[in-house]
Amino acid sequence: MTALSDSGLILPRYRRDPEGTHPPLDSPGYKSTGLRHPKQPLVLLPHKLTEITGPLLGPGRLGEFDNDLTRQHPEEPQGQRIIVHGRLLDGDGRPVPNSLVELWQANAGGRYKHVWDNWPCPVDPNFDGVGRAVTDSEGRYEFTTIKPGAYPWKNHDNAWRPAHIHFSVFGTAFTQRLVTQMYFPDDPLFSQDPIFNSVPDEKARQRMVSRFDLSRTVPEWALAFEFDIVLRGREATPFEDEEDE
Amino acid sequence: MSTPSQTVGPYLGLGLPWDDGPSVVDEGTPGAVWIRGVVYDGAGKLVPDALIETWQADADGRFDHPDDPRGATSGFRGFGRCPTNDEGEYGIRTVVPGALPGEAPHINVSVFARGLLHRVVTRIYFPGNAEANAADPVLAAVPEDRRGTLIATESGDGYTFDVRLQGEGETVFFDV
Repeated sequence: MTALSDSGLILPRYRRDPEGTHPPLDSPGYKSTGLRHPKQPLVLLPHKLTEITGPLLGPGRLGEFDNDLTRQHPEEPQGQRIIVHGRLLDGDGRPVPNSLVELWQANAGGRYKHVWDNWPCPVDPNFDGVGRAVTDSEGRYEFTTIKPGAYPWKNHDNAWRPAHIHFSVFGTAFTQRLVTQMYFPDDPLFSQDPIFNSVPDEKARQRMVSRFDLSRTVPEWALAFEFDIVLRGREATPFEDEEDE
Repeated sequence: MSTPSQTVGPYLGLGLPWDDGPSVVDEGTPGAVWIRGVVYDGAGKLVPDALIETWQADADGRFDHPDDPRGATSGFRGFGRCPTNDEGEYGIRTVVPGALPGEAPHINVSVFARGLLHRVVTRIYFPGNAEANAADPVLAAVPEDRRGTLIATESGDGYTFDVRLQGEGETVFFDV
């Protein structure tokens, strides 16, 4: 194609993650992928203006108790109180400041406050399981919540999801958008969970497991877990935006 | 080393929707249109537990973002977010973006759902831009017989853009 004029803009490009970092969309062990994964090959999308920019969402999105899920009701929720904290980083270890972190989770018994969740475990009237925070200038975020319980699902016989917290982050570019799940150390349910095990690379899988953090526990109050979230990094040198022949 | 992606699961509706999510622009904004569509699975069934996110330039083709080397415009959110309802429908109120250097007007779309272990990404292009669409390098990289899945159709109050995750008429998805 020579009819196209080059834009002439100097744009960053984002590195592609190594094979095995992310789950394949077709993961037969997780049955819901069956009718929902594309079967046609994905088309490579070059990194141009729409890809290297992205929504910059910050403090305007926060309410008063959004990062303390134990204080969103007049009474406290049931369960083990925990602090979940960490840093939002890019692939070169640089903090991503002023960036929205969203989470949602089940209650201490493993029940979500959602109309479709009806397994026989009570809803906790004092726990919504929804939180938001904005990273500080060093990319740090912190939530106070309760440890979610494991829960059964119908994927396979006697299937149980390991305890987890859903995280949603944006970074600074469309290329960096990420939704993941944070797990807890040494969960005996990992071995039978097709969602956790959908990540092919063992080391990558372990990056979804939080670390018990004794230093951040609060005596006679709360346990603590650390969970850093790492987004794609940039290529070392920006490229002039040219059309490929 | 990047943190792996995981599915949003069936209860994304707890944590991700915002009251103003579908409003990229306020009601009454000049040129405002609704982009509406239905998300379907490989059996042709509607998907009631998906989330659509959109990201786009403003009507002049500009972004409110420091990495745009042309300089940031101010105040255009550019971002829309809408969960599908029980009928698999979503809707985003926005303005049609302007052209970008070397690219036809388009909106980037992320689709999240139970059963998607990683978001899938597509693009909305607009009818009536035949010349610009024909010259667009991203569209040109898509097999010709599948390009139509990326072009919205006109509707009463804007445009229709359905997403077919799999099977007959499968939407073109991109490797970002």
